[in-house]
Amino acid sequence: QVEQVKLLDRFSTSNKSLTGTLYLTATHLLFIDSSQRETWILHHHIAAVEKLPLTTSGCPLVIQCKNFRIVHFVVPRERDCHDIYNSLLQLSRTAKYEELYAFSYNPKQNESEQVKGWQLIDLAEEYKRMGVPNDYWQLSDANRDYKICETYPRELYVPRTASKPIIVGSSKFRSKGRFPVLSYYHKKKEAAICRCSQPLSGFSARCLEDEHMLQAISKANPSNRYMYVMDTRPKLNAMANRAAGKGYENEDNYSNIRFQFVGIENIHVMRSSLQKLLEVSGTKGLSVNDFLSGLENSGWLRHIKAVLDAALFLVKAIAVESASVLVHCSDGWDRTSQVCSLGALLLDSYYRTIKGFMVLIEKDWISFGHKFSDRCCQLDGDPKEISPVFTQFLESVWNLTEQFPRAFEFNEAFLLQIHEHVHSCQFGNFLGNCQKEREELKLKEKTYSLWPFLLGEQKKYQNPLYNPDFSPELTLLEPNTVSFNFKFWRNMYHQFDRSMHPRQSVFNLIMNMSEQNKQLEEDIKELEAKIKQRNGQPDATFVKEHQQFAHSVPVALKTSPCFKKEQPLIPVHDAVRTIEGSNTADNRYSEFMEEFSKAEPAVVSLEYGVARMTC
Amino acid sequence: MEFAELIKTPRADNVVLHRPFYPAVEGTLCLTGHHLIFSSRRQDNAEELWLLHSNIDSIEKRFMGSLGTIIIKCKDLRIIQLDIPGMEESLNIASSIEALSTLDSVTLMYPFFYRPMFEIIEDGWRLFLPDQEFELLSSVTDEWRLSCVNKEFTVCPSYPPVVIVPKSIDDEALRKVATFRHGSRFPVLSYYHKKNGMVMMRSSQPLTGTNGRRCKEDEKLINATLRPGKRGYIIDTRSLNVAQQARAKGGGFEQEAHYPQWRRIHKCIERFNILQESLIKLVEACNDQSHNMDRWLSKLEASNWLTHIKEILTAACLAAQCIDREGASVLVHGTEGTDSTLQVTSLAQIILDPRCRTIRGFESLVVREWLQAGHPFQQRCAQSAYSNSKQKWEAPVFLLFLDCVWQILRQFPCSFEFNEQFLIMLFEHAYASQFGTFLGNNENERSKLKLPQKTMSLWSWVNRSEELSKFRNPLFEANSLVIWPSVAPQSLQLWEGVFLRWNRSSKFLDEAQEEMINIINYNKELQAKVNALRRQLAEMETDDKMLKNL
Repeated sequence: QVEQVKLLDRFSTSNKSLTGTLYLTATHLLFIDSSQRETWILHHHIAAVEKLPLTTSGCPLVIQCKNFRIVHFVVPRERDCHDIYNSLLQLSRTAKYEELYAFSYNPKQNESEQVKGWQLIDLAEEYKRMGVPNDYWQLSDANRDYKICETYPRELYVPRTASKPIIVGSSKFRSKGRFPVLSYYHKKKEAAICRCSQPLSGFSARCLEDEHMLQAISKANPSNRYMYVMDTRPKLNAMANRAAGKGYENEDNYSNIRFQFVGIENIHVMRSSLQKLLEVSGTKGLSVNDFLSGLENSGWLRHIKAVLDAALFLVKAIAVESASVLVHCSDGWDRTSQVCSLGALLLDSYYRTIKGFMVLIEKDWISFGHKFSDRCCQLDGDPKEISPVFTQFLESVWNLTEQFPRAFEFNEAFLLQIHEHVHSCQFGNFLGNCQKEREELKLKEKTYSLWPFLLGEQKKYQNPLYNPDFSPELTLLEPNTVSFNFKFWRNMYHQFDRSMHPRQSVFNLIMNMSEQNKQLEEDIKELEAKIKQRNGQPDATFVKEHQQFAHSVPVALKTSPCFKKEQPLIPVHDAVRTIEGSNTADNRYSEFMEEFSKAEPAVVSLEYGVARMTC
Repeated sequence: MEFAELIKTPRADNVVLHRPFYPAVEGTLCLTGHHLIFSSRRQDNAEELWLLHSNIDSIEKRFMGSLGTIIIKCKDLRIIQLDIPGMEESLNIASSIEALSTLDSVTLMYPFFYRPMFEIIEDGWRLFLPDQEFELLSSVTDEWRLSCVNKEFTVCPSYPPVVIVPKSIDDEALRKVATFRHGSRFPVLSYYHKKNGMVMMRSSQPLTGTNGRRCKEDEKLINATLRPGKRGYIIDTRSLNVAQQARAKGGGFEQEAHYPQWRRIHKCIERFNILQESLIKLVEACNDQSHNMDRWLSKLEASNWLTHIKEILTAACLAAQCIDREGASVLVHGTEGTDSTLQVTSLAQIILDPRCRTIRGFESLVVREWLQAGHPFQQRCAQSAYSNSKQKWEAPVFLLFLDCVWQILRQFPCSFEFNEQFLIMLFEHAYASQFGTFLGNNENERSKLKLPQKTMSLWSWVNRSEELSKFRNPLFEANSLVIWPSVAPQSLQLWEGVFLRWNRSSKFLDEAQEEMINIINYNKELQAKVNALRRQLAEMETDDKMLKNL
């Protein structure tokens, strides 16, 4: 516990600050300012801690979080600052999975609730919903004991004609044994999205089993004999891989395939791209042109566009040509997951519901071995393995919700909350790199699943404009991917920089209103029943009437006139954001009103400060 | 009639029209004195397109054999294409359109011929008179007076006949001050902040020249707006450099020595030719769908449009901040005081004054701070983004102002009585209109043209309930507070409703908007019903009680 610590406003040059006390707990860093407002920072969210050179007011400490929060403290005594710095370094770097928050987090659920929570998302059920197994596709037991591929799930769907030797042979010809399997089956078109890793083709190697495997996939589609093979890498990268004995499919060796590169960059490019984006967006007193050229130089939006373009290519192959598509990149767990999941999201409206989106993440990301632990740096590990691949997926989805405001059951807060928990290590879902590892960690016994918690607070994540019958005849979404449609996701990268947000949120207002409408409908029913009752028995005794009157009072209170005034402006995700529901007392309304009526935007006062100096 | 001479081919058949988002249609093209009319031949569902010639910014013609193609680029940024069979017909039509869309004389413009098909309930020309504004002011303070010194437009040609000035300054002094200010635009009251009695004045630059001329009356005038012992701020919308250079041409800025009670702050808002170029570049970038991400972002950056938005908004916030936070009076000027000055003073009022965020209040603001204040609409809006002739008076000064309002509206979506459509409508009418409101460059010209007698006011049309319903913001809840927008680049956005309007379909966004309105209306309906039922129940209960008491 350190007192008299200052929390600086990130974008203010006038050194506006809050003074308060900093507490260090086993799991969180907590700052309570003089007006008792709390800022909670989970140790796992800390991406970097930096001590800046001593100033006259104390020792500055800058903490960067994985959810893009940046806090700037000034600690009066250097020794305290040094202590905090060291503790945070230790606490934010975990060496073992068992030390992660999820293993100590206890939401007061009993065992059966815990088990039920984990059963909420059932992938076997999901494949059934898609329509497999069927005449062409079957469940394979080849990987039941993780013998063929450690990073795949136990249950895999393959074409009926792909025998076990073909599977085994094909897996030996694929990087990390990740052979082609079903990711999504489109019932109407009888076409499939399949996924795998790159072939070990080098410059000329062939594998008959792998060729058979691809043939089996194309034959499993009675509507179109041709299938697409999408290599999601830039052609140059794929060619370079040949020198290492890997590479891409030679069209001459495979019958009936159409090969296509789509050019999504690798994890290292993405990591440095995000780094550049954050540098730009975090600049104090940023000019519009520096922002735009920084946005351009970071390449971030270009990458988002590339991911969505790839998904759109896949979707058109299936929806227009009824062709099956095999997607791979290098190992088939980053770009492949992005493209397969976004493709399915565009094709199938089920994935645009709250539950369906959870299923989609469980299927294409968690079960198929996207390396969440490495990519999100859950344990202290190789910094070169960190990459915002999943963040890009969420951002692509957000872009779709902007273009199709009525097509998704969930809202932005839902995406932000998932992003929060991918990094929080509070729930077991995203721990580890693959299913095998998760089973070994016994996550289902020792930790809790995120999904029942999100479903429990569903109301916060619902899109009031959602139309379940959106484009009913074909549930396909065809986004416009012309460059000007892609926008900087302010609410993700500046989620905690409140001065940049719109001061009034239409979205929250509408959400509260549609919530209120439901309540009003109830009220009307109740009132009508009462009136009917009265009309029905005009001679009822007065005593009875009085009882009823007493009853009707709370009903009337439900939608008291102050309801409307109080409600609209509370930004929902902000309340959610505060921290893992740990402090419900923190009703941000007062802060909001204060900011709304008083606080000057940082940038304006900055300009003013500058202007005054030149007077 | 003169127009007939210009129309050699008044009608062409089998013309094919291409528009954004619609399939091509075949039909008949007719030219009249003021309109280009296209009507499709299909009997079942006849479509008509009426386009004002004055809305045409530029045209291009191409030939493929005997098939002529005319590409018409409009001031509202739309681009349409007409395929006309017959070389001669197409040539004739193209030259007619060219001539009719660039008529020299204002009195030939459509507003002088337009006869309204609606009943006029309120004459817009008589709606926002300075006397009414002054009446409101005098109910809170008696420090100001209405001066008729400019009655015949003799003192300042670009000012209205009556202006509001400090009570202690007589007309004689005003005449002297006028000689010391560029274009004779002496300081006048722009806004009175009721909360603390601080004011915003506007003027043009002082004519100090290189030898530092001064004018006692000018000093006295602006000092008269200060409370005893208080200081004020002069916001010069030019950079210090530019202001210094202006001295060489006889202009200049207020010297500290002569205005000791004032602090001067320089902001840098660009002038018209730079703004016009910015608009041209922006529209070019938005119209090219083939740009990859890097190219799009670099073109957006190179246009500098959002930089201008940020600069203007920042200056306006600064003015508002001086008045509301610092409790100081403010004088705003640039060079002429007819462009950037008005952007700043009008936006500051939107930030400070809730009245300006209502429909009536905003109309009044446009009339006071733009039309009466002498923003030269006719010069500035003669051409829009597709102009190829390099005339130097065009500039999207008003469009930038509307864009800034839109940015604030985005950040405070419940604080405005009007919606985005209202702003877009004003943009369209400022550039081409059947109404006389935006004709002429100042009140002097408007009175010479006898616009109030000979043309219809835009406000007469807009303020009818049929029209107003389209422009109302369903989320509006009066907010009496000062609203501080964020001017961080991350908070500013491209105004898609104007710049991408013709480049992409807004079907899904419109549907979402509609659904939102449905939810709001349903909410109102339910609340009314609940209240009615409650009343009914309460009545029954009191009846019962009365029965009991009997």
